Formats: sequence, C-alpha cells, structure tokens
Amino acid sequence: MNNKGVDQSKRQFLTTALSVVGAVGTGYLAVPFLAQMQPSAKAMAAGAPVEVDISKMESGQLIRVAWRGKPVWILNRTPQVLETLPTLDNELRDPLSLESIQPESSKNPVRSIKPEIFVAVGLCTHLGCSPTFRPEIAPNDLGEKWKGGFFCPCHGSWFDLAGRVYRGVPAPTNLEIPPYRYITDTQLIIGEAQEEASA
Amino acid sequence: MKPSRITECNEWILARFPLTKLWNEHMAHYYAPKNFNFWYFFGSLALLVLVNQILTGIFLTMNYKPDAKLAFDSVEYIMRDVNWGWLIRYMHSTGSSAFFIVVYLHMFRGLLYGSFKHPRELIWIFGMLLFVALMAEAFMGYLLPWGQMSYWGAQVIISLFSAIPVIGDDLSLWLRGDYVVSDATLNRFFAFHVIAVPLALVMLVFLHIVALHEVGSNNPDGIEIKDSKDPWGHPVDGIPFHPYYTVKDLVGVGVFMLFFATVIFYMPEMGGYFLEPANFIPADPMKTPEHIAPVWYFTPFYAILRAIPDKFAGVIGMGGAIVVLFLLPWLDRSPVKSIRYRGGIYKKALILFVISFLALGYLGTQPATPTATIFARIFSAIYFGFFLLMPLYTRWEKTKPVPKRLTSIHSLDEQLPALIEEITVLKPVSSEIGHSAFKSSFFTRSPNPEGIKNVIIRFVKNAKESLD
Repeated sequence: MNNKGVDQSKRQFLTTALSVVGAVGTGYLAVPFLAQMQPSAKAMAAGAPVEVDISKMESGQLIRVAWRGKPVWILNRTPQVLETLPTLDNELRDPLSLESIQPESSKNPVRSIKPEIFVAVGLCTHLGCSPTFRPEIAPNDLGEKWKGGFFCPCHGSWFDLAGRVYRGVPAPTNLEIPPYRYITDTQLIIGEAQEEASA
Repeated sequence: MKPSRITECNEWILARFPLTKLWNEHMAHYYAPKNFNFWYFFGSLALLVLVNQILTGIFLTMNYKPDAKLAFDSVEYIMRDVNWGWLIRYMHSTGSSAFFIVVYLHMFRGLLYGSFKHPRELIWIFGMLLFVALMAEAFMGYLLPWGQMSYWGAQVIISLFSAIPVIGDDLSLWLRGDYVVSDATLNRFFAFHVIAVPLALVMLVFLHIVALHEVGSNNPDGIEIKDSKDPWGHPVDGIPFHPYYTVKDLVGVGVFMLFFATVIFYMPEMGGYFLEPANFIPADPMKTPEHIAPVWYFTPFYAILRAIPDKFAGVIGMGGAIVVLFLLPWLDRSPVKSIRYRGGIYKKALILFVISFLALGYLGTQPATPTATIFARIFSAIYFGFFLLMPLYTRWEKTKPVPKRLTSIHSLDEQLPALIEEITVLKPVSSEIGHSAFKSSFFTRSPNPEGIKNVIIRFVKNAKESLD
C-alpha cells in the first residue's frame, strides 16, 4: 500500500475520535444491563411494612417475623434482663449505640420504644448470619461471662439482649433496629418510623 | 487409480479448513520435553473434568428449576425420580471437588518446577484467571440446590463485598438484586453458573493453551528444550505430543477415573466434605445452621478471613491471598526454575507453605475457637511470608549448576531390585510340610536390619543435603 500523501495526523484524529465515540456508546449500552441487576420494582414493593400482634407474647418470649425477607425479632424482655443490661456497658464496643443503625425513637440505653419490647433485625452486622437466641446465663459452651444474649454461630460474635455488640468479636456494630411504631398498645408495625411529634 | 470418496472428501475439507495444519501444530508436531513425570498429568485431567462438568451440567439443567420455591425439590426430584439422575448429579458434585484437587496439584507443579517463570508469565496469569473463574463458578453453583448451606454461604460471601468502604452496601445489593439472598439471587446465579462463567472458562483454557504452545512446555529440569535442536530443527530432548503424551495421559485418565468412580459410587458426600450435611435441609432465611463452613476447597482462604479480627482487613487478607499468587512470576528472583537445582531455602519455604496451606484448609472447616484462631494467624503469616519475602530469599539462595540437556533419573523399576537386595537377606529354608517328593530347600527373603539402617541413613543424608 502506498502511504504517500496520506495525512497521518488526520487519520490519527479520526481513529481516536471514533474510539472515544464508540467507548461512550458502549458505556451507555451497558447501563440497562447493569441496572437490570438492581432490585426490581417488585422486590422494592416487598419491603412493605408488616403488622405484628404482640398481645399474646409471654415474658421472655422471642418471636420472628419476616420483613423485606429478613428475620426480625420481637423479644419480650423480663425485668431481670432490663436490670442486667446497664451493668454490661464496660464490655461493649458501642454501649450508647452512637455508631449503630436505629431509628431516633430507639436511640436510648435499652434500644427500644417500650423498654420491655425489643425489636431488631436478626442479622449479624459482620457477615449477615442470623445469631441464635441464648437467654440462659453462663451456659457450658459460652462460659461464665455470658449474661444472656444473641450468639452468632458463623464467626462467634456476641450481642447482649439489647443487640449491643461485645468487644473483641468480629461484628463491627450493634444489631440494626428497623423503623417500627405502635398502632395500639399491642399492635406493632415494622417498616414505618414513629412520628417525630409522638417520640 | 481413481481416488476414493474418503480421500476426495478429505481434500474438499482441507482446501477450506487447515485441519492437518492445526493437528500438526498442536499434537503431532508439537514437541514436548521427554521427561514429564507424575506432576504433568494434571493439566490434561483438568480439561477432562471441565468436559465432565459441562456435559453433566447440560443434563442437570434439563430437570433443575432455578426458583426459590422449586429449586430444592427439583434437586431431590433429580436424585430420586429422574432416570440415572443421581449418577449425573453425583458426577457433577464430585466433579467440582475433583476439579479443585486437580487444579491445586497442577498449580503446585508450577511451584515445584518454576513453570510460572520467564518466558511463561502469561501462561501463569491465564491460569490464575482460570482459578478465579473456577472459584466463582463453584461458589455460584453451590447456591443452586438452595439448601441451608447454599443460602447462608452465599449470604456470608456476598456480605464480604459490603465491607468495601463507600460502595460496599450498594455493591452487595446490586449483586443480590434484593435486600437479602432471594429468588432474584438464585436466578441470576443460575444464569452466571450455566452460561457466563463456563464461556469465560472455555475461552481462558483456549488462551492458556495457545500461550503454552507458543513458548513450549516447561519440564522437571526447568531448562528450555528449544535451546538444543537437531539438524531438522526439532528439539533433541523433545518428543511429539501425539502419540507419546496422548498415550501417557490416557494412563493418567484411567487411574483418575478409577478414583473418581470410587467416590461417586461409594462416598459421593465424602463424609460431609464434598456435600455438606446442612445442605440437605431446605434454605431457611430465618435461621442460620449451628456451624457454617464453606466447601473444603475454599477453606484455606476462609480461615485467613476469620483469622483477622477486623471486617474490612479480613476481606483484604482473603483477597490478597489470591492476588499475591498473580504476582508470583515477579516475586521469584531466582535464576533457576526447577526445584532440582534451587537452593535449600526455597525448598524449606515451599514445605512450610504447603503445610500452612493444608493447615489453613483444615482450620477453615472447624469452629473458630480461640486456639484455632491463633494457629490460623500463624499459618496465615507463613502463607503471606512465602510470597512477600520471596524477592529476598530467592535472591540469596545458593543454586546448583543447571545441565544443558535433560537429565534422566533411574526409574522406579530399575531402582527397586537393588533396594530390595539391600534391605533383605536371602535365607535358605527347608520345607517340613508337604509330600516328601516335593521336599526341597528354597530361599526366602527376610529383612536385613543393617541394610535398612543404611538405606535410612542415606535417605536422611540426601534429604539434608538437598535442603542445605
């Protein structure tokens, strides 16, 4: 091929320009494919609030409900538990829940609206396993220091019965508290935050 | 004579497609070193297992349902009601473990004989990409039966991405397609497992082999056979891949299939290592099994993750354990490829590395008790030490002179008679039993303590010398 008289710089410019246009086009074309992997409208809608009747809950009982496909725990804490909670503060990583996720209405030492009724997302903040409910005090497998709480079987994280994480375990923060409010005294709705005014 | 129809047909094809040329380039005239040993079986075996996975996989998809409500039952349906479904499913599940066994041995061969070193860096890179794709393929495939271990394993592994600062949470949401592992996740993992990753695997295998055939195979002596050629331009120490190595590999295939069939028919779950007990319980998003552990081939990396007490650092450590393997060709500064001529320090380092890799693999299957965590930390340090200190210790190592041509070591059947001669003594024994007509004295061999002692001393001396 004879390259005489070819304007090389023009050819270079055209090649570069075409490459840039092609790359931008490919980028735009990639968007629908990448975006279709986001949660679908149906998956978003499934995040609808869930109503729970707690009138039949006994003291010390834990019930699990599914909200957004996640396990949500509702625990009716005994007076003994509420007495124990403040004594644990020294062993916890974030006893005042400053770096943890919870709605304003639950940002208090017992992490709930009503002290006895504790609501939390039952997934460990480390890698998302569901911790087991271990209310007994000092069982054989967990040792003397166990004052009742949630134990994650996957990587051994410890949480107390307010979902607060102990020091020296892999989980970085306290268990997440979902937004929830009381419709009546014994009716909870999970997934809707309490109005600021009534807080 | 009129050419036969077959010849005419051949000529018609050859005029349009370079069949003979391809065959010669990659099989009949591809010269491979003549001294391949046991460790050289695993490349072709990996290819065999890949074919097994693709074939059995195609037939499994005919009855499997990628739906959170139906998946678990469809796997049980394959196991119980589909004709020969159990066999095809066990071939696939055992095949995945076999794939990793073969690939780990194949990679270890590279460490032994320096197959990753110049000029084969790209072969190693393609191989490492294959390894990563294989891990993705195995991980996504493990979700499909939708058992408890499938579900919570996927939950933990996807949550690893959420540890990445800033984009982590959005990234893991995007990967799952839902707020938790759900039907959307299962469906997309099915798509990746069945078409996307297998295509990538096949293309990478192609690149791996093209790169290999460009530079030629390494060998246990770690010298380039292309450096000495005969007058016709063929490597003096090379033999055509076909028929010599096709036939040799067939023997390997036979032995491999013997083991493979034994596992499929007699121990398809391999005591909970190939198929974990918790995976025979349908996935329950409300409850995590008491003890969760990944399948055995991920446990070394999982143990590294758990050994580090910080969430993000743990993920970095786990990823780093794989990334560091990619860098191997540039970490090793030794002028010598093969372990046969390397100094003792590399041999000792390699032994420590293998021990720590196996120990991490074991620890990853066990619950994380405080003692186990301390051990996991020590072995993780050795794992990284092997790679990160390599530029130092390989530069100082005292190498042995490398021969110009391939060496031959005496084969086992040549050595064995002499060894038996040395460790036993011949004793005449006269038989008291039997008919007197047959009564005769014959010889029997009994162990010779002196000989055994000498052999052991020689063995220990050799081992020590080679490690110095």
